[in-house]
Amino acid sequence: MFIAIFSLTLLGGALGLFLGYAARRLAVEGNPLVEEIQAILPGSQCGQCGFPGCAGAAQALANHEAPVTLCPPGGREVVALLAAKLGVEVNLTEVADTVPQVAEVLEDLCIGCTRCYKACPTDAILGAAKQIHAVFREACTACGKCVEVCPTEATRLIPVPVTLQSWYWSKPSLQGATA
Amino acid sequence: MREYLLLLLSTALVNNVVLVKFLGLCPFMGISKKVDTAVSMGLATTFVMTMASASCWLLEHWLLAPLGMLYLRILVYILVIAAVVQFTEMVVRKSNPALYQVLGIYLPLITTNCAVLGIPLLTTQENLPFAHSLLYGFGSAVGFSMVLALFAGLRERLAIAQVPAAFAGAPVGFITASLLALAFMGFAGLV
Amino acid sequence: MNPLSRFFSGLRARGGVHPDGRKGLSAEPPIRILPMPERLYVPLQQHVGACARLSVLVGDKLLKGQLIGASGGNISAPVHAPTSGRVVAIGEFPSPHPSGLPGATVTIEPDGDDRCIEAVVPNDPFDLSPEEIATRVGAAGIVGLGGATFPSAVKLKLSRKSGISTLIVNGGECEPYLTCDDRLMRERASGIVEGIRLIAYAAGAREMLVGIEDNKPEAIAAMRLAAAGSEVQIKVVPAMYPMGWDKQMIQVLTGREVPAEGRSAEIGVLVHNVATAWAVYQAIRFGRPLVSRVVTVSGAAVVAPGNLEVPIGALAADLIAASGGLLTQPQRLVLGGPMMGTQLPHLNVPMVKGSSGLLALTGKEIGLPQPAPCIRCSNCVRACPVGLLPLEMAAHIRAADLSAAVGFGLKDCIGCGSCSYVCPAHIPLVHFFNYARGELAAQEKGKLRTEATRKLADSREERMQRIAREREEAARQRAARKAAADAAKKAAAMEAARLAATENQEELV
Repeated sequence: MFIAIFSLTLLGGALGLFLGYAARRLAVEGNPLVEEIQAILPGSQCGQCGFPGCAGAAQALANHEAPVTLCPPGGREVVALLAAKLGVEVNLTEVADTVPQVAEVLEDLCIGCTRCYKACPTDAILGAAKQIHAVFREACTACGKCVEVCPTEATRLIPVPVTLQSWYWSKPSLQGATA
Repeated sequence: MREYLLLLLSTALVNNVVLVKFLGLCPFMGISKKVDTAVSMGLATTFVMTMASASCWLLEHWLLAPLGMLYLRILVYILVIAAVVQFTEMVVRKSNPALYQVLGIYLPLITTNCAVLGIPLLTTQENLPFAHSLLYGFGSAVGFSMVLALFAGLRERLAIAQVPAAFAGAPVGFITASLLALAFMGFAGLV
Repeated sequence: MNPLSRFFSGLRARGGVHPDGRKGLSAEPPIRILPMPERLYVPLQQHVGACARLSVLVGDKLLKGQLIGASGGNISAPVHAPTSGRVVAIGEFPSPHPSGLPGATVTIEPDGDDRCIEAVVPNDPFDLSPEEIATRVGAAGIVGLGGATFPSAVKLKLSRKSGISTLIVNGGECEPYLTCDDRLMRERASGIVEGIRLIAYAAGAREMLVGIEDNKPEAIAAMRLAAAGSEVQIKVVPAMYPMGWDKQMIQVLTGREVPAEGRSAEIGVLVHNVATAWAVYQAIRFGRPLVSRVVTVSGAAVVAPGNLEVPIGALAADLIAASGGLLTQPQRLVLGGPMMGTQLPHLNVPMVKGSSGLLALTGKEIGLPQPAPCIRCSNCVRACPVGLLPLEMAAHIRAADLSAAVGFGLKDCIGCGSCSYVCPAHIPLVHFFNYARGELAAQEKGKLRTEATRKLADSREERMQRIAREREEAARQRAARKAAADAAKKAAAMEAARLAATENQEELV
């Protein structure tokens, strides 16, 4: 009885010491995944995901507290990269329907207050005081910050217009073949 | 030498831990969606199982039997296995954080993989010498990893197949697993 | 061709299918000139590469062959006025594209005179340097007329740089229905042969081969006659789809295979279409830019199928009207051949440089079978001329696993449609591949965009910090200056006070 208690305690203690030592030796500082994830995110700090900036979002993603589809400006590409990095499965074609948007300035309403271009995290708005502002579509991530600050509701988000250059075939549906 | 080879073959194929003894089905269904994660899981389990077999033999013969505490066998075994798994988890976390994320809960769950406890218990039951039990553990682990990788390959194919809605997902996985088990029955009588 | 050589050349061509040619519909009547339509709609993007840059204004008077869009980059081609007339509009107009989306288009109202612009041409084009010929080909807006519409001058210059030994001129025309190259070879063989010699001269090729399918005996005879006495060799190849694919033609004629994702120049071969050779002849010999082309109008729904020489920018409806109109309502309108052509949403789209055919097909001709599950019969594998596994690629694409499809060679797929043609389950395989390639290209573009926006965001962040720093710095300096000034003032005041005090003392004294 006492031998059993003694030997088991000894065994447990020895294993505990060994594991403690191993934990010291193999300690991981921070989570290297966070940095890798942050490199994937657009870095525009737009806050659309609901986290304070891209670093916060990366932290949440690394802890599996946020879905990989959290980043609207990143689009499908970021989702795909995040899913690959985190080993999560996600249907990209479903993501596609919600993302591609771009900001637009309604020239009739714009008063040239320069608030939107000061707010834009990617310098995608061109303008000066008392001049009508315009959006560079290539640089816009559709984060919506300009929409929030506009006093005359002259900025809005519109779906990215399809052009001859960006059009491609849609996925065949194969209704008859699924059974 | 011949004896060792036969032991390896018998544990890996003929008495395959998953498909013949039906041990360790949880990771078999859980971590078999992608071949590379399945292989990593197989490697981790191989390490744990071999280490567990060896340390359990040592404990059995040097601690439990001399002190007459054989009634504590399962308790001690689980203690050792848990420690080895903890150690493996630390190593994986240090060396490959992404894999650590992918394996997720299944990595600590190697502890409760009944195959890992079952194999040392079986070697004890059969009263094998040290080298034999080590090889028994290693062979079983190789069999487990192989079947896991095979099944992951099949499931990768299943993922792109057009499966009737009622069978899609886990059901067709189980059907495939049972067919695979039938196939492994073909090894019976090999050794 | 004797059966033995047919057997061996058959061995050299991989995959392929033998669709019903249906070329008899349009092969016999000679090429007719399309009566000048009331309006011409000339798109600025008719080629692979950068869009042409507009160089006319609304209201401008134009002569035939006058530049209306200049080359827009290294890989681009200029666009010329197809006839004399006036620019009435510049704007968006439906383009001959499966999406039917509008593209930048110049609308011209012909004046009916068809007056040409003056051109300076040498008496003997072989007096020109090869570089000059390539430049003139580029200035004439010539693009690959087989359907790829890659600017020909770029190809000529590249092949001169990389060293070409063989020029292959592609008279395969393997698509069913199409007979425009066939008719061109029958009627204008001598011009084509001279065009071939010019291209070979410009590219520095010693060997000149013309591959023609054995289902065009008249074209072969005409080309043989025209090529007699020149170094141009006419080679007969078995009729098969896609024999007109350049790499297939290279393999059959030279026995060499172009490496995956490689160019034909890597094995010393340059390939041009016969219609391109004709256009080069026109451009170099007469200084005529590419402003018209031969288009096959065919299909069971057309009253009088045949070949028309049409000015670029003529509407599909004009071509149908010139072919006697429609017998019945067509089930499908196709631009190009039935295998690789694009479906047109309506007839109000202009003909462009790459339009080889306009087909109005009846329901009987197309058939609309429902797709069924794949039974893994592997007919598509046997039919694929590239040697890919279409069934595997399509299965992975269906399961949204595009990277696996790329692993199976999706990027080498030429979209010939042989797999879809043979599939007994009627699975739209090539549609899957087109979708996947578009999706991959979009993802690639998106990745670049993410990269670019991150750079923008980072530089903005940096700038903001710099501005804040500078402000702080400025504030500190101001404060320091102010402090210094205050101190000086105080010192001065104290000095003054001291002086005043001493003065007072002096006074007191």
